[in-house]
Amino acid sequence: MRNRPLLRTSYKQELALLDTTSKKVAVGILLAAGVALPWLVEDQLLQLIGLACVAAIGAIGLNIVTGYAGQVSLGHAFFLAIGAYTAAAIAGDPDARTTGYGITEILIWLPAAGLVAAVAGVLVAPLATRLRGLYLAIVTLGLVFIGGHVINEWSSLTGGPGIGRQPPAPTLLGYDLNTGDAFLTRDQKLYLLMFVLLVLAALAARNLARSRVGRAFTAIRDRDIAAGVMGVNLARYKTIAFGVSSFYAGCAGALLYVGIGYFDPTSFNLLLSVQYIAMVLIGGAGTISGAVLGAFLITLLPRLIREVPSFLPFISNSPAESPNAYQLETVLYGVLIIVFLIFEPRGLFGIWIRLRNYWKAWPFSY
Amino acid sequence: MKDFLESVLRGVGTGSVYALLGLGFVIIYKATRVISFAQPAFMLAGAVLTTYLVGPLGFFLGLAAAAVLTGGVALGVERLAVRPMIGRPVFTVAIITLGIDIAVRVVVNAAIGLDVRQVGDPWGLKVWKLPGGVQVEQRHVAMVVTTAVLIAALFLFFRYTRTGLAMRAASYDQEAALAQGVSVGAVFALSWALAGALAAVAGTFAAVGGSVSESLWLIALTALPVIILGGLDSLPGAVIGGLAVGTVQELTATYQGSLPWLGGNISVVTPYVVMFLVLLVRPYGLFGTREVERV
Repeated sequence: MRNRPLLRTSYKQELALLDTTSKKVAVGILLAAGVALPWLVEDQLLQLIGLACVAAIGAIGLNIVTGYAGQVSLGHAFFLAIGAYTAAAIAGDPDARTTGYGITEILIWLPAAGLVAAVAGVLVAPLATRLRGLYLAIVTLGLVFIGGHVINEWSSLTGGPGIGRQPPAPTLLGYDLNTGDAFLTRDQKLYLLMFVLLVLAALAARNLARSRVGRAFTAIRDRDIAAGVMGVNLARYKTIAFGVSSFYAGCAGALLYVGIGYFDPTSFNLLLSVQYIAMVLIGGAGTISGAVLGAFLITLLPRLIREVPSFLPFISNSPAESPNAYQLETVLYGVLIIVFLIFEPRGLFGIWIRLRNYWKAWPFSY
Repeated sequence: MKDFLESVLRGVGTGSVYALLGLGFVIIYKATRVISFAQPAFMLAGAVLTTYLVGPLGFFLGLAAAAVLTGGVALGVERLAVRPMIGRPVFTVAIITLGIDIAVRVVVNAAIGLDVRQVGDPWGLKVWKLPGGVQVEQRHVAMVVTTAVLIAALFLFFRYTRTGLAMRAASYDQEAALAQGVSVGAVFALSWALAGALAAVAGTFAAVGGSVSESLWLIALTALPVIILGGLDSLPGAVIGGLAVGTVQELTATYQGSLPWLGGNISVVTPYVVMFLVLLVRPYGLFGTREVERV
């Protein structure tokens, strides 16, 4: 009896985070692989995987507001920007041309970046309680444009377009993560930091989703009037959704800045928002593992496409000729969104569910 | 006073381009209840097609041909990527159109290449002098006239033709229209084609007096606050919103020098600011229909 995967004998089992043995084993292996990765992979690829971890944190954030609570937000880039520049200002060099307070402790600037973004999210939330559907989408799009203008003009904070500023320098409890030492290189340190933070963020989001708040979110997504009638306070939970989502976005923005090392103020634009929407939708809306999968796919896509010209010689690797790998990357990106939404609306997560169900019933077809 | 009048005239000119774009968005929205984020790509495609066709056909024929071709492309896109999504959440479809926009824009940008491409219009930057020393650019007059003609044609089409009646019926109630023998699929296709053609005309006029570049699509995004301002499902709203946004934008561009703390390019974001202000008062835009919530 114990080994039947879908047989539950108590509510505790039903609500458990890892409800089957195979899930426990799989998560354990993934965690072990994640920790061991720095010693298995060269630094350049490691840096990219670290960025994918950060993107996953941001995607989980967008998934909370869009996937779970059903409030379409095209304004994620705005919150990423707030986080990135808050962190950069707190950790920045006090003597530099741009604003900086010289506090490089990551335990200070990371939560601060998240909190400032969360406050912005809470301030935006009243719009979400007044507007619905596509009206909300376009208004959040407006946020990106207005925020982009402020960022471009506020050059004492952001360095101005085309110039930018230094990323925040990370130290953890006095241990410098920004330079390599005898044990670990810089990329290895940063990757480990980002991996651990992704695990924490995913765990927190998963727990939020199966709590009272998470159930309120899904109720609002499925039918907001019905949720309101059942006693879900719409304004309150939409505000929570925007706040939490923006907190994740702020943290992700700050870490992205560390990981990439340079941000032009103009890069927090509609395209970045669309990138995160694509991560959530391609991965699978309303699932944490889906958002992580989507973020990894979208972040690693350029690296994969860079390999294409060696197989298809008519596609060039130089940006001056056409068709080239950059164009292919952008087209693929659009086409991937279309194809996934038409043929597999549940995204990569849906593919995984189908595979799993196939093998569960194997050799029978149902 | 002269500055003021000139910027209002300029604003009405650019505003009529926004109005054309907004009409495209609203026509698609009324038929399918979706905001098509692919409009910017069609606008760019239309402008680029005009630059290629203006040589053999001349400006006006070239423009017409570009509009028809872009309409055809839009029709194909609707058939391939949007039709399979009928009955799915509107947000999903809207994101699909974002994907279409990205893919189409890459192809069009490749067609622009590295040269300066011009639409070859007869107006350029020539001006007419009005009494009182006020100057009005001929291209802005041309924009207003073209927009007025197209709006009149659209009005007659929706009011007096059977197809127009079918489109109005389908936007009012798809099932009832279907039961009366209206082919709702054809209505979808036609509205995408119409919107594509309007976007092509708007794109060409947006490039008049300058050149076609990749950044032209940003102008199409300005049409989004326009339609939100006017109300997503109101054709007159799109026109009035377009003219209003165009005028406000040009006035800010003229007078932003007196407010230096707002920054250099504040006129680019004024449409969004205006949208926020209007939405705070009227959540469904100036002329939009209030959604009735039924349990």
